[in-house]
Amino acid sequence: MDSNLSSRIRQNPAFQELVRKRTSFAWLLSALMLLIYFGFILLVAFNKPFLATPLGAGVTTVGIPIGVAVIISAFVLTGIYVKRANSEFDELTDKIKKDAVK
Amino acid sequence: MKKIALSSLAAALLATPALADAVGGAVQQQATNWHAIIMFVIFVALTLGITKWAASQTKSAAQFYSAGGGITGTQNGLAIAGDYMSAASFLGISGIVFGSGYDGLIYSVGWLVGWPIILFLIAERLRNLGKYTFADVASFRLEQSPIRKMAAISTLAVVAFYLIAQMVGAGKLIQLLFGLPYGYAVIIVGLLMIIYVTFGGMVATTWVQIIKAIMLLGGATLMALMVLVKFNFSPEALFQAAVNVHPKAGAIMGPGSLVTDPVSAISLGLALMFGTAGLPHILMRFFTVSDAKQARKSVFYATGFIGYFYILTFIIGFGAIALLMNDASFYKTATDATTGAVTYDKIKDLLGGTNMPAIHLSRAVLGDMFLGFISAVAFATILAVVAGLTLAGASAVSHDLYASVFAKGSVNEAKEIRISKIAAVVIGIIAIGLGYVFENINVAFMVGLAFAVAASTNFPILVMSTFWKGMTTKGAVIGGILGLISSVGLTILSPGVWEAVLLHEKGSAPFPYANPALFSMALAFLGIWIGSMIDSSKRGQIDKAGFDDQYVRSETGIGAAGAVSH
Repeated sequence: MDSNLSSRIRQNPAFQELVRKRTSFAWLLSALMLLIYFGFILLVAFNKPFLATPLGAGVTTVGIPIGVAVIISAFVLTGIYVKRANSEFDELTDKIKKDAVK
Repeated sequence: MKKIALSSLAAALLATPALADAVGGAVQQQATNWHAIIMFVIFVALTLGITKWAASQTKSAAQFYSAGGGITGTQNGLAIAGDYMSAASFLGISGIVFGSGYDGLIYSVGWLVGWPIILFLIAERLRNLGKYTFADVASFRLEQSPIRKMAAISTLAVVAFYLIAQMVGAGKLIQLLFGLPYGYAVIIVGLLMIIYVTFGGMVATTWVQIIKAIMLLGGATLMALMVLVKFNFSPEALFQAAVNVHPKAGAIMGPGSLVTDPVSAISLGLALMFGTAGLPHILMRFFTVSDAKQARKSVFYATGFIGYFYILTFIIGFGAIALLMNDASFYKTATDATTGAVTYDKIKDLLGGTNMPAIHLSRAVLGDMFLGFISAVAFATILAVVAGLTLAGASAVSHDLYASVFAKGSVNEAKEIRISKIAAVVIGIIAIGLGYVFENINVAFMVGLAFAVAASTNFPILVMSTFWKGMTTKGAVIGGILGLISSVGLTILSPGVWEAVLLHEKGSAPFPYANPALFSMALAFLGIWIGSMIDSSKRGQIDKAGFDDQYVRSETGIGAAGAVSH
């Protein structure tokens, strides 16, 4: 693309808003995923008895819902990102594209 | 790969981890399984039919490399899942659950958590900047030739390591599942992957992966349902039944010996998370959709399918414990000469070895036809993975090395595709050769190596080139080379290779951790940073100056290569 168009887009407040919001959101969610996963691994490394504690009277342990929750959290985090991207980020992108051809 | 990581783990797991990514260790050939062979032949016939159709669609380079960008997000999500879920994760993870219970869950989680990272940091920007290979993105504003050479080398390294694991795994599986000799598998897999890729390109590869994903998810769902039905859909009842019959009893409900050394566990976790985001055959899948929105949707679906699949393998593993362990017909038994008592080890004596719980369970819940189906699916699964790998390798040769480095961009499309097809044939033949050569090697570390290289070379270059304005060609090359050498070097010096493969004394490995990623990734990022900071060359100025335009395109998709019509 030509540099005029590119610098015009970069000065568009909508572009700055998109980049600011999406970048911070993406890093926030990435940090959350890292925290959840490595939190789980460190729990396994340092507190095995906690995960092996039975829930109530049965044999099912605390570790089962926690492990399954880590799997589900990965899916939920992607869902949260997609939801916001499909509405807010895509609207901003559309606006930037419209402004660019003006 | 985890297993490498885990090579320091307890003996109980040693047998299983080897299988998790590619079936390792010695296996005995089983009786010929005609149901499985017939169903596999049906699958092959179907995929060859699709390849024929795909060949008629594949005229342009865009069709060949990226299916013309005409794949939908949902289809691509399935294809990614099909590309990623290996026979090893199906048989290996259910096998770990069978042997140790909860550890199987810990193990599987690591394979999933890279996907959200791909979505948040990579997928959309990759789609906006690239065309056919991830090197398009990495070299967007940098000097083409050195970056593409670097990317092609790391792509071919990752592809080679992963292919060896898959070929040897296929050879082991064909003996277990079909009762056919090792060599048959290597040749069948090698020939089929050549046919899919050279004739059908990305269109055929995608559909082979989609069909495989549907069959694997469908088969695993049915099996998990049949298990749950037997326990009135009560997980507690299933767990209780498993605890009652498992030799480790209640211990299977909590963590066992899987994570003993936190440094290795974290290093491995990093390799899994960021390696996934650097696998060339996975990254290539994002160019098959029309735009960033579809790329985003692909990862969302893929994460859902893969996560769901791991939950199924957990249920299947526990179902196998509950339903197989008290049935001597699934075991190699010994009869005591004096008392006449029949005895067997509930974990080690399972017919065919520790990878087989899912396979035996299929017969236990639905009989021989279903056993045939599941066996065929497990084997077919390998085809989808190797097809993706071959295409990625061939594209690196034709698109990155040939078209951009040797021909400097002045090449006609027909010739580029022809080179790619020749490369696919050569890669296929080499893979067959490597499959023979490595028959008896413990291939587990190969997968670990593939992920470590991807995490330490492709990922840092990709992420820094899209996020950091200061990165220059020189920095990328220095960081990439450091990442590549250190990940390969440290893997060789780690216990998994140094002691288990090179047979040095136990405890003598110069690098004590199971996976190098923690260190090799740090080196790669450091190399990129320092290399770029000290780079005062003219080229370095051009590299930095190119960032602003690249940034606009990567964030908005304006100017991106759009969907090409069929």
